[in-house]
Amino acid sequence: MEIGIGAYVVLSAVLFTLGALGVMLRRNAIIVFMSVELMLNAANLAFVAFARQFNDVNGHLFVFFVITVAAAEVGIGLALIVAIFRTKKSINIDSMNQLKG
Amino acid sequence: MSEFDTLASYLSVAPEIGLTILLLIVLAFSVARREVERAAVPYIAGFGMIALAALPLIFAPGDANSTIPEGLYWGGMIRYDVLAQVFRVMILLAGGITALMASGVRGVGRRGEFYIVIIVATLGMSLMSASADLVMVFVALETTSIPLYILAAFKRDDTRSAESGIKYFLFGSFASAIMLYGLSLLYGFTGQTNIYQLAAFMGSDAFANNLVPVLASMVLVVVGFGFKVSAVPFHFWTPDVYEGAPTPVTGYVSVASKAASFALLVRFFVAVYPETLALSGESLQNFWIQLMAVFAVLSMTLGNVLALSQKNIKRLLAYSSIAQAGYTLIGVAAIQSQELSIASVGFYMFMYTFTNLAAFTVVILFSEATGSETIADLAGLNRRSPWLALAMTIALLSLAGIPPTAGFFGKFFVFNAAVRSGLTWLAVVGVLNAIVALYYYLVVIKVMYVDRSEDEDKPIPVGRQYVWVLWATSLIVIVLGTVGAQTVYDWAARGAMGLFT
Repeated sequence: MEIGIGAYVVLSAVLFTLGALGVMLRRNAIIVFMSVELMLNAANLAFVAFARQFNDVNGHLFVFFVITVAAAEVGIGLALIVAIFRTKKSINIDSMNQLKG
Repeated sequence: MSEFDTLASYLSVAPEIGLTILLLIVLAFSVARREVERAAVPYIAGFGMIALAALPLIFAPGDANSTIPEGLYWGGMIRYDVLAQVFRVMILLAGGITALMASGVRGVGRRGEFYIVIIVATLGMSLMSASADLVMVFVALETTSIPLYILAAFKRDDTRSAESGIKYFLFGSFASAIMLYGLSLLYGFTGQTNIYQLAAFMGSDAFANNLVPVLASMVLVVVGFGFKVSAVPFHFWTPDVYEGAPTPVTGYVSVASKAASFALLVRFFVAVYPETLALSGESLQNFWIQLMAVFAVLSMTLGNVLALSQKNIKRLLAYSSIAQAGYTLIGVAAIQSQELSIASVGFYMFMYTFTNLAAFTVVILFSEATGSETIADLAGLNRRSPWLALAMTIALLSLAGIPPTAGFFGKFFVFNAAVRSGLTWLAVVGVLNAIVALYYYLVVIKVMYVDRSEDEDKPIPVGRQYVWVLWATSLIVIVLGTVGAQTVYDWAARGAMGLFT
C-alpha cells in the first residue's frame, strides 16, 4: 500500500501541535525542552516528505542542518538546566520568578 | 552568478572569514600563560571587530550586485548587496564596542571565552544580514541565538543571570521551532529553498486558491521574527532577560541582535511576499502590512506604558527597546513607500545601535562603581561625574527623538515613510507614543541633574577604554543627528533599491 504525502504532512502537523502544547502546558524545564525538540523533528519530517515529493535534494540537506543545530541546542540547553538546578535546586519553570515586574 | 567566481565569492563573506580568524587569535591569547597577554584579549577582540567593519566598505558590493542573480553567492546562500553592507558595518561596530564595554565588568571582563562567544554571535548576525536561502536563514539565526543564550547565563553562579539564560533559551528555541515549521511549509509549497524563487512558484496557477496555508506559513515565520525583534505580543522574555543578563550582554542583545533580525525581516518579506503576489485575489503584502502595523502599535504602546513605572534602569531600557522595535516596525509596515521604508528601517537601526550602546556603557560604569541598577541611585550623577551624566543625557534624548541627536531623524524618516505609504494614522500613533516616552526619559535626566545624594563627592571611575567608547558613540549620535544624517540615509536608501529588483 502506498502512503501518500498527505499522511506525512498530517503526522508532522500532529507532532508539531503536541510539541507546542507540551511547551505551553508542562512546567518541568526538561519536558518543555523535549517538546521543543519534538517540534523541530515535526519540521524535519515535513521537510523530508516534501523533498521526496519534489524529488529535490535541498529538503534532505536542510534536515541535516536542523539536526546539527538541534544537537548544539541540546548541549547548551542541558548545560543551562544544570546551571539553574545548581542555583535553585529545582527545574520547575514556575520557580524561576526572581526576575519580574 | 552563472559560473563560480572564486574571488568575488570569498569577498562576499570577507567579514565572516575575518571573524573566524579573529576568533582563533583570541582563543590563542585567552589561554596564554602570561597575564599581560590574557589582559590584551578584550582589546584584540574589540579593536579587531571594529577593524573588520572596514571590510564591507573596502570590498563594497558592485552595482551589478543589486540585481538578481548577480548578487547571489555560494549557490544562492548569500546575497551580498548594499543593504547587507550597511547592516554588517553596524553589527561589527556593535560587536567591537560591546567587547570594549565588557572589559571592566567583574565576572565577565577577564574571561577570554566571553569574547569568543561574542565573536561567534557577531558572525551569525553578519550572516543573517546577507542570508538569501531558507537553510542559511535558519542556520544564521541559530548561530546568533545559541551564543546569546550562553552569554545571558554567563555569570552562571548568579541566580539572576542563570534564570535570564534559561528563560531566553526556552522562549528562543520555542520561537525558532515555530519559525522552522513555517519554513518547512514554504518549502512544501514550492520545492525551492532560495527566498528569491519562492514568490514565483507561489504565484503560479497551481496555488491560485491556496490562500489559507500560505497565510499560515506567514504567521509561523512572523512569530520567529517577532520574538527576535522583541515585538509585542512576543516580548515576554525581554524585560527578564535584559535585567538578569550581564549588562554588556544586555546592550549587545538590544542592538545587534535586533538590527540583524530587522535586516533579515525586510529582506525575507519583500522577497517572499512581494507586492505582485496575490492569491485568491488578495494581495499577500496587505496581510503582512497589517500584521506589522498591529505589532508596531502594540509594541510602542505597551513598551512605553510599562516603562513608566520601572525602578530598575536596565528594565526601563528593556521596555524602551520594545518601544523602539515598535517605531522601527512602522518603517517596515510602510513598505508601500518602497525604498523610503527600508531606508528608514536601516537608518533607525543604525542610530539606535550607537545610542543604546552609549546608554548601556553609562549603566555599566555606574553599576560597577556602586553595585546599584536603581534609577533613584543615579541621583547627583551630574555632580559626581558630569561627563557621564552628559553622555547619558545625549543617549536618552536620542532615544526620545529630540534634535540635535540622531533619534530625531530616525523617527522623522520612519514617520515620513508611513505618511508617504498612506499610513498617516500609524505615524500619529507613533508621535503620541514619542510624547509618552519623553516623560520617562526626562525623569531619568531629572534624577541625574536635579536630585541630590550623599555620594556627590565620589566620582565614578572611568577606564580609558570606556572614555573612548563614550566619546565615539556620543559623537556618532550627534553627527547622525546633524550633518551625517543625509549621508547614512542615502546609503541605506541605496541598499533598499537592491531589494526591489
